[in-house]
Amino acid sequence: MNIALLLEMAAEGAPDRVLVGSKQDGLTAAELLARSRRAAARFVSMGVEQAGVVDLNSEAVPVALFGAALAGVPFAPVNYRLPDEQLRALVARLAPGAVVAGPDVEPRLAGVDGVDVLPRAAFLDAVVAPDEAVAGDLPFVDPDEIAVLLFTSGTTGEPKAAVLRHRHLTSYVFTTVECLGAGDDEAQLVSVPPYHVAGLASVLTCVYAGRRLVYLPAFDAETWVATVEAEGVTQAMVVPTMLRRIVDVIEQQGATLPSLRHVSYGGGRTPLELIERAMKLLPNVDFVNAYGLTETSSTIAVLGPEDHRKAFASTNPAERTRLGSAGRPLPSVELEIRSTEGDVLPIGERGEIFVRGEQIAGEYVGRSLLVDGGWFPTNDAGYLDDEGFLYLDGRLDDVIVRGGENLSPGEIEETLLSHPAVADAAVVGVPDPEWGEGVGAVIVLVGGEAATADELRDWVRERLRSTKAPTVVEFRDALPYTETGKLLRRVLRDELGGSAG
Amino acid sequence: MELKSGTRLRSATDSTEVIVVRAPGEPVDLRCGGHPMVALDDEAPSASVEAGFDEGTQLGKRYEDDGSGLEVLCTKPGPASLSIGADPLHIKGAKPLPSSD
Repeated sequence: MNIALLLEMAAEGAPDRVLVGSKQDGLTAAELLARSRRAAARFVSMGVEQAGVVDLNSEAVPVALFGAALAGVPFAPVNYRLPDEQLRALVARLAPGAVVAGPDVEPRLAGVDGVDVLPRAAFLDAVVAPDEAVAGDLPFVDPDEIAVLLFTSGTTGEPKAAVLRHRHLTSYVFTTVECLGAGDDEAQLVSVPPYHVAGLASVLTCVYAGRRLVYLPAFDAETWVATVEAEGVTQAMVVPTMLRRIVDVIEQQGATLPSLRHVSYGGGRTPLELIERAMKLLPNVDFVNAYGLTETSSTIAVLGPEDHRKAFASTNPAERTRLGSAGRPLPSVELEIRSTEGDVLPIGERGEIFVRGEQIAGEYVGRSLLVDGGWFPTNDAGYLDDEGFLYLDGRLDDVIVRGGENLSPGEIEETLLSHPAVADAAVVGVPDPEWGEGVGAVIVLVGGEAATADELRDWVRERLRSTKAPTVVEFRDALPYTETGKLLRRVLRDELGGSAG
Repeated sequence: MELKSGTRLRSATDSTEVIVVRAPGEPVDLRCGGHPMVALDDEAPSASVEAGFDEGTQLGKRYEDDGSGLEVLCTKPGPASLSIGADPLHIKGAKPLPSSD
């Protein structure tokens, strides 16, 4: 089961359907397959052992991804935004290899040992040449071979290379997507970068479903809205920071986005207030909250459109809360909440989320993280409710231990965010001479609004309890996020650790 | 025949091709159009589809056999149908999930 089989089946069933680009002159399934085969032949003839993309989104991503798969070498998309030194060090790990790079990135990679840099335009031109003779000589690829290497964002140190094998990714797609199940008017706007697991998974799921991929080279909210309108986009996946900016632009412009039918979001904490705003603005759109990790081949739990509408319409606080849930685990994924001692916890109790299933890779280069019979410890904290809905509660590492009491930043952040003057909030542990660790909050105020540190402390104290009220409160213009919407808590911890003394 | 996950087979009677998604517990007599399936790279022998095995295969559908646990995915459709010996494989009912990425 090679991931390229997904494209071969789409090309078998709907060869003339446009899968990448604009409806008028985009690449059809048959043409994408032909170009991917030529890319594969090129990778084979170059003798590369890894093929990568260090670039913005473009049609080079699916061509190189399927080309690498057909050549039987791992595909490694790399974050072009990294500083030169880190970028070159990561790319050097792909030797002997070849990477496709855009004009801005290409000169930054000159002279990396053992890695050929293929300029994007030349790479795409070369796969158009009708050189069919090579297509038959591609190798057999075992399902257990590595399909994709994804480097972690390195928010906590040296980036690790997560391994996704062909069997993980094909299992994910076969069990969640119906082959050519998309209508031929469907188009998906991809604005997450190619080195994000959702960017990668969207190529596989859309191609298999027969849904046209429309790429934004890089995210920008105005362009996103304009592209939805111009390309008749029906579906999109966004991370929460993107959703917030999109919602702002829709409000400013009064845009209605009539073609848009389906938006999934995930990849970070999404405040309730944001999803409620989005649902109000786009009442005809189906919203899906997806929870997944790089190491799990993307999505492992979903909160579907009906769950959203039911929770949104409810006046019962317990049902309303469900809008903040990550939904139910996929039928093909087993999920357990375990204590630090490894016991499976009952409903409602918070612990570490463990998952098992055929799509779960749980592996870095040279090291599997799977334990007792294939379970993957996600390092995410959470709990299940009595109907099987999963609630996320941050990373285990982010828990604040105040005098023996475990405090979860997520709950305190939600409470701060519910204050009308607070636009964004982050809670991290700060050194505390009495309790070992205390609660530190970094606040971004809504423009034109005011709130004092004491007012916010009281707000939390009244709604949670006094131990959860932040001892340190700082005000900032913005919080530090990665470009894929992950809050850089380590940065805040370092900054607050220095000032809290 | 001995089937492993990832094994690809073609029909000896029509254009059907499948890939094994879940291997059976024991060797099974997987047929298409009433004739044993052959390796993907075999020359396609031109046996004819037998009566009762002509309901067709559909691209992208998963077919399973409860007894042996075998599950195959149709990668190329055709007019013949799949069976273990004389027992037809049935389409695995799957509820598609809302797209999430």
